Amino acid sequence: MSLLNVKVLTKAMPQLLSLLLILFLNYLAFPGFFDIRLQDGRLFGSLIDVLNRGAPVIILAIGMTAVIASRGVDLSVGAVMAVSGALAATMTVAGYPLPIVILATLGAGLLCGLWNGILVAYFDLQPIVATLILMVAGRGIAQLITEGSIVTFNEPSLIFFGTGSFAGIPMPILIAALLLIIAITVVRRTALGLLIESIGINRSASSYAGLNSKLLLLVIYAFCGFCAALAGIIIAADIRGADANNAGLWLELDAILAVVVGGTSLFGGRFSILMSALGAIIIQAMNTGILLSGFPPEYNLILKALVIIVILLSQSFSSAGGWTFIKAEFLSKGRKRH
Amino acid sequence: MNTRLLPLYATLLICIVAYAVCVFQFPMMFSTRVAGNLLTDNAFLGIAAVGMTFVILSGGIDLSVGSMIAFTGVLLAVLITHYGIHPLVAFAIALLITTTFGAVMGAIIHYLEVPAFIVTLAGMFLARGMCFVMTTDSIPINHEFYSYLQGSYYLLPGGGRLTFIGCLMLIVFAVGIVLAHFSKFGSYIYAVGGNRTSAELMGVPVAKTTIGIYALSGFLSGLAGIVFSLYTSAGYSLAAVGVELDTIAAVVIGGTLLTGGVGYVAGTFIGVVIQGIIQTYIVFDGTLSSWWTKIVVGVLLFSFIALQRVLVLLSSKRTMAFRSR
Amino acid sequence: MTDNPSLLAVENINKSFIGFKALDSVDFTVRGGEIHALLGENGAGKSTLIKVLTGVHQPDSGLIKIDGQAVNVRDTQHAQNLGIGTVYQEVNLLPNMSVADNLFIGRQPMRFGFVNRKLMEQNARKLLAQYDLHLDVASDLSRYSVAVQQLVAIARAVDMSGRVLILDEPTASLDRHETEILFAILRQLRARGFGIVFITHFLDQVYEICDRVTVLRNGKLAGSALTAELPKIELVSLMLGRTLAVATHDTHRDRPAPEIRQFSFKGVGRSRSIAPFDLDIGEGEVVGIAGLLGSGRTETAKVLFGIDAADTGQIHIDGNPVLIRTPQEAISYGFGLCPEDRKSDGIIGDLSVRENICLALQAHMGWFDRLSTKQQVILADKFVKAFDIRTTDIEKPVKFLSGGNQQKVILARWLATNPRLLILDEPTRGIDVGAHAEIIALINQLCDDGMALLVISSEIDEIVAYSSRVVVLRDRSHCGELSGEDIIPSNIMRMIAAEPEGVSA
Repeated sequence: MSLLNVKVLTKAMPQLLSLLLILFLNYLAFPGFFDIRLQDGRLFGSLIDVLNRGAPVIILAIGMTAVIASRGVDLSVGAVMAVSGALAATMTVAGYPLPIVILATLGAGLLCGLWNGILVAYFDLQPIVATLILMVAGRGIAQLITEGSIVTFNEPSLIFFGTGSFAGIPMPILIAALLLIIAITVVRRTALGLLIESIGINRSASSYAGLNSKLLLLVIYAFCGFCAALAGIIIAADIRGADANNAGLWLELDAILAVVVGGTSLFGGRFSILMSALGAIIIQAMNTGILLSGFPPEYNLILKALVIIVILLSQSFSSAGGWTFIKAEFLSKGRKRH
Repeated sequence: MNTRLLPLYATLLICIVAYAVCVFQFPMMFSTRVAGNLLTDNAFLGIAAVGMTFVILSGGIDLSVGSMIAFTGVLLAVLITHYGIHPLVAFAIALLITTTFGAVMGAIIHYLEVPAFIVTLAGMFLARGMCFVMTTDSIPINHEFYSYLQGSYYLLPGGGRLTFIGCLMLIVFAVGIVLAHFSKFGSYIYAVGGNRTSAELMGVPVAKTTIGIYALSGFLSGLAGIVFSLYTSAGYSLAAVGVELDTIAAVVIGGTLLTGGVGYVAGTFIGVVIQGIIQTYIVFDGTLSSWWTKIVVGVLLFSFIALQRVLVLLSSKRTMAFRSR
Repeated sequence: MTDNPSLLAVENINKSFIGFKALDSVDFTVRGGEIHALLGENGAGKSTLIKVLTGVHQPDSGLIKIDGQAVNVRDTQHAQNLGIGTVYQEVNLLPNMSVADNLFIGRQPMRFGFVNRKLMEQNARKLLAQYDLHLDVASDLSRYSVAVQQLVAIARAVDMSGRVLILDEPTASLDRHETEILFAILRQLRARGFGIVFITHFLDQVYEICDRVTVLRNGKLAGSALTAELPKIELVSLMLGRTLAVATHDTHRDRPAPEIRQFSFKGVGRSRSIAPFDLDIGEGEVVGIAGLLGSGRTETAKVLFGIDAADTGQIHIDGNPVLIRTPQEAISYGFGLCPEDRKSDGIIGDLSVRENICLALQAHMGWFDRLSTKQQVILADKFVKAFDIRTTDIEKPVKFLSGGNQQKVILARWLATNPRLLILDEPTRGIDVGAHAEIIALINQLCDDGMALLVISSEIDEIVAYSSRVVVLRDRSHCGELSGEDIIPSNIMRMIAAEPEGVSA
């Protein structure tokens, strides 16, 4: 078992080192970075802040990992967040009790995910194309729910999800951690991990082996929609309102980036939810670092671009051998010659 | 007759019906004034959509369009307002940069064989980030050449104005149509989008074509940025967010197959006009909110993707009849 | 015409890919004015040879000569310039573009910097008129049938290269009438002095139009002869096995026929895939399926296993009627299938040997009842030992194993589910001799252990060696059955070689 852990650690080394480096740079820019203090029964500090602000992307990345592992992608999570945030805010304002609000919101997320899943699994649409539809229409639906305005609310029980804390730990971190633990447990304790990787690597062979790949894809996209709804609730609770235009904007890209930084290939297959969460934390640490060092927050866009380029280049070169193999074997109509 | 033309006819029909409905409800919409404004308001979208049409025809996608428009706008504002460079020189610089940027993305897509989606995503981040590096403020552009361009228009009968930028969009569409159907490059784009392997076996220079397509898209994004800056007289880093989605929607609604190989530049024009009509209708109505645009566009997007899927299934079934394995 | 000088010749060509030798010292000569059939089963090396000739692959060693001059074919472009035109099996044209575009892309006539469509279409009509083909050249190629697309591809290849024409399975998707048209054109080209390489799996067509035959088997040259001097049955034996005289019934294992046949398929078929057939299999017997490529072998397996669900017929298991519409349902009745195309339908390349072995059992157990890692290791270790799967460890991605070991992994995957009926589609294709013998031994052992097996193979000796009964397929239908003493290679070959309306079973 310890041998396995060493292996996992070496595999995660690039990501861990990057995180340490970013944290160290943050420390240089802001010497108080590692300070953590307890105030009014809640932990405060930049590190806590990184986790707290990163929680929605961590949650998104958990769902996105499953989707990407199945050789797909879900562009609609940002829009689904907007929908769920809008629903939660509007229902709260309308006076529905919290459990109903939460259930309805998560249900809406599931529904959005099911829609994507049906298009991908049963209509055989490319995932990018299928999820693009909801990406465009989702924000319109969100605005339809909020009737175009920014709906604000003052319901403490819902706000608790965004700004409250339990045992000193902010709720978003708690929720993300809980989901992470559940997701990892499910992957470890059930066969889903193996089966998802299997359809991501070779869907045809998986069907031959008796996997119900369509149903599995449907569940994966539904789960991704569920995660997006959860993240949407947290964001809405955090800002005490729903902004259909801006809630979750670009977060689908952050979630994809987190998964890719975590080492899951965009071509499907092997995945690690924990590493995706680590990827999300790395991205958030970069964001926080730029804020702390006084640059405008948008500078991290350039950093993200550079991260993507570096990852693409490293993947492209490290798997160059693998690529030629694949080309020779599968795309054998002569793309490349020796 | 030709099932390939079906989406295009469907688009045209929707466009005409939509316009008829609008005119029936608001007779005022039947005027060259509205038509002229529609062209002016959507000029940047249309120009960018021409680039996107070529990209999608080749089987790719370009997510960097909106960022490139903002980048061009900010760059122009900085060059003109801060450095006092003549707009024409600034235009040339901007177009050179955006074209090169597109070409580099195309080269990465082709040679590293990474999905266009992820490469242009990086491009999107990079271009948007560069905006912020230049400035985070909205910089106004006050230059007499700008005023001159903004002030020049062709008065249509009925009082409508065909502005310079509206006119530019029409020219870009005309050139785009010629390029798509009457140039070697155009035929290569269709070939690559139809079947990359076949195209290569038939002697199509795939590398050059791919790079050329993204360079063209970069160039047209730059041109759209220039138009956008003429339209708004300012450069702002947060401008044109989400325009890539609008352009993709215009292209798909215009009847172009998202998987590449089939489509028409002219269809994209109709796609842009449909989006313009929806917006105009909402403005005329006054009580509807702009979110309806997104929902209607989403519904149209779904309908066209579904239509294309059905057509593809039908034609593959037909070929299955011939194929024996 | 057979004395014509050689137009295109390859000498002693070798080509290896990771793990196996695709071409092993192959010689091949095409003369001007002849139609030369190139035959062989899947994986025999036909495609590789074509790719070497057209510059897609570079040979590891050996010579390619055109008009006696050694040349180095750099790429497909270069091959065309040298005069070698190819029409691939999957018609390699652009159905989304017009007929004229397809004929002239890359070399369109230009005027003022623009494509001169009018002239291009005029040229296209002229070109096609040579073949008596009058199409609307401005409309999309996809509007025309595959047959017409095939002819357009030929017209293009001929127009561009003009010496040697390689046709990879051109008639696979054509009906009789379309084939006639194609043959008329081929005869016309032969008369013009073309050297035509014709790849097909229809033996009748070989005799109808080809002057010479070359057969490849397992990457080696099995033989080459004038068609007129080669009886059909000898051709079949070149393709499928050793010469008739050598194989004897001695290698055959006699087994008592099972008293009950638990698996019964009545009138099962699927339109455009396989004609309805009856098949009964009992536990403790091996039913061999013999037939040429394209005769409906794999289609039979797919219908039985629910991959392409049957649209007619009844299935009974242990006397109870059942429905099999998906692989899951087939598996629930105790079926297993080792597919023909190991890479695309069999292995999950990036998953480990352990995971690949456990996959079918796990899929059958459901999403939530997970085999623990410990159970998986025990299972994998058991099969790795039992089958002698050569891998450094069970955590190695299966894609790094040799073909034979991959095949054993897939066998292990099914045996882990304790199947009652195991369907093996070409279990010994593309694997080395040692593994070959092991897999045959395994088939016999499984049968002795009381499993029902259905084995599809293009190796007749092999089928003879393990089958209790042999079903022979021809032209997408089950055309006959042999059992007991009748299972000898010559009988099987005779049935395969028979004219469609000739010998009955």
